[in-house]
Amino acid sequence: MSLLRILFVALVAYPVVLVMLGLNVRNRARLPRGGPAIVAANHNSHLDTLVLFTLFPLLSIPRVRPVAAADYFLANRFIAWFALNVIGIIPLQRKRAAASGDPLAACYAALERGEVLLIFPEGSRGEPEQMSELKSGIANLAARFPAVPVVPVFMHGLGKSMPRGEWLPVPFFCDVFVGLPLHWNGERKLFMDGLQDSLRALRKKLAAPDHN
Amino acid sequence: MKFHLPPQVMHALIGAFALLIIASIVAMLLAHLNPQRDYTELRLRLKTWWLIIGVFCFAVAFDNDVSLVVFAFVSFLAFKEYLSLIPTRRADHRVLFWAYLSIPIQYYWISIEWYGMFIIFIPVFVFLFLPMRMVLIGETQGFLRAAGTVHWGLMTTVFSLSHMAYLLALPAAGNPAGGGDALLFYLVFLTQINDVAQYVWGKLFGRHKVSPTVSPNKTFEGLVGGVATTVVLAVALAPWLTPFTRYESVAAGLLIGVFGFIGDVTISAIKRDIGVKDSGTLLPGHGGILDRLDSLTCTAPLFFHFVRYLHY
Repeated sequence: MSLLRILFVALVAYPVVLVMLGLNVRNRARLPRGGPAIVAANHNSHLDTLVLFTLFPLLSIPRVRPVAAADYFLANRFIAWFALNVIGIIPLQRKRAAASGDPLAACYAALERGEVLLIFPEGSRGEPEQMSELKSGIANLAARFPAVPVVPVFMHGLGKSMPRGEWLPVPFFCDVFVGLPLHWNGERKLFMDGLQDSLRALRKKLAAPDHN
Repeated sequence: MKFHLPPQVMHALIGAFALLIIASIVAMLLAHLNPQRDYTELRLRLKTWWLIIGVFCFAVAFDNDVSLVVFAFVSFLAFKEYLSLIPTRRADHRVLFWAYLSIPIQYYWISIEWYGMFIIFIPVFVFLFLPMRMVLIGETQGFLRAAGTVHWGLMTTVFSLSHMAYLLALPAAGNPAGGGDALLFYLVFLTQINDVAQYVWGKLFGRHKVSPTVSPNKTFEGLVGGVATTVVLAVALAPWLTPFTRYESVAAGLLIGVFGFIGDVTISAIKRDIGVKDSGTLLPGHGGILDRLDSLTCTAPLFFHFVRYLHY
């Protein structure tokens, strides 16, 4: 299945992100060179995952795993097959089911295998080019793996290109800002505030006016 | 594939390569002699020149359909950069899709050499169609600004720039000295040299600002020196590359020199309005692709009609 994922990134993500859209990446060197690591990005579009894929070397793609909503991506059999085998998602139950155990168990296992997790802490795509409140599940991961770096990434323009509810991507140059890696600092609220501040600071570097 | 460039164009390209090689060697020597000074910008600019000349060779070396795809892609990049700069409305998502679709269609008219359609498609049909599509969506807040900005972008980055490509579709008989390829080289080379010459003259002798609010670095001395340089080169190159008489080549040089400047400051005014310094970061050291094509958005259609009126 890793071949499928590499082919998908080479034949779909690269042309869409690098030719149709066009990226302007600032501080690419701050991205983790290998796992285990967590990339925490803002989320406005399905294209976000494709953009994050293109930031990693092609052959490392099988070890780069987006964490995605189980209720959305496992909704029907076809999408589920595609999400699990072609995109390589780690499904996450957004609403905690009473019976099952820790919803993050699959994420723990992936980090233990040395994989790179792509996490959208806002939890959903939300309104185009707006950042919503961060969910604190990522703090649990950071607390359990204090040595694993959490790299904040702010992306701009993708909500313009393919916002929620649209199926047709329209070309725009997009900006990607990579922040300095964060580590667990012992306190949940402190950690989440640090992540929030870092994403906001990255957003401030944006020169272009916002979507209106 | 054609691969048989007219000899004049071949020589001109070799000349341009030679210029660039000399410039690169001079830049390396400068960096070697003054290690304490930072020549990053010069180095990046040279890198972009290499890229431009590479794309140009690629565009003219193959048959016209390949050239058209290259030019359409350049228009696509420029229009995309423009749209990425300006504020757009969420509601216009699909309108923008149609606007992008006009790029391949515009270049298709060139490929079938349908001049009448080429010249009215964007100014008339797209101009009428996009607002109609916006009305169907029904968002009236910011309607005029959205319709105006999108059409302005199409006119400059697609309609105007596509005149470069139409030079290649002109019948060869109009220019015995190398055909459309030679005219295209003449236009692009002089427009780019004009930019450099205005910059250099301005750096050396610039005193009086020519447009203080839009482009504070542009000076009257730079403009005059640059235009003069361009006219001299236009006259010198004309016998090899164009069907122009002496007087016509003086006029062509003036046209490219003056309107290259006007295209440049017009794009500067837009960037100032939006509040950005460079239009993008696609071309290292030159800002975005619009920063490099700004003069051509003005010189390409004017030069095209100048040639067409006189010789076709």
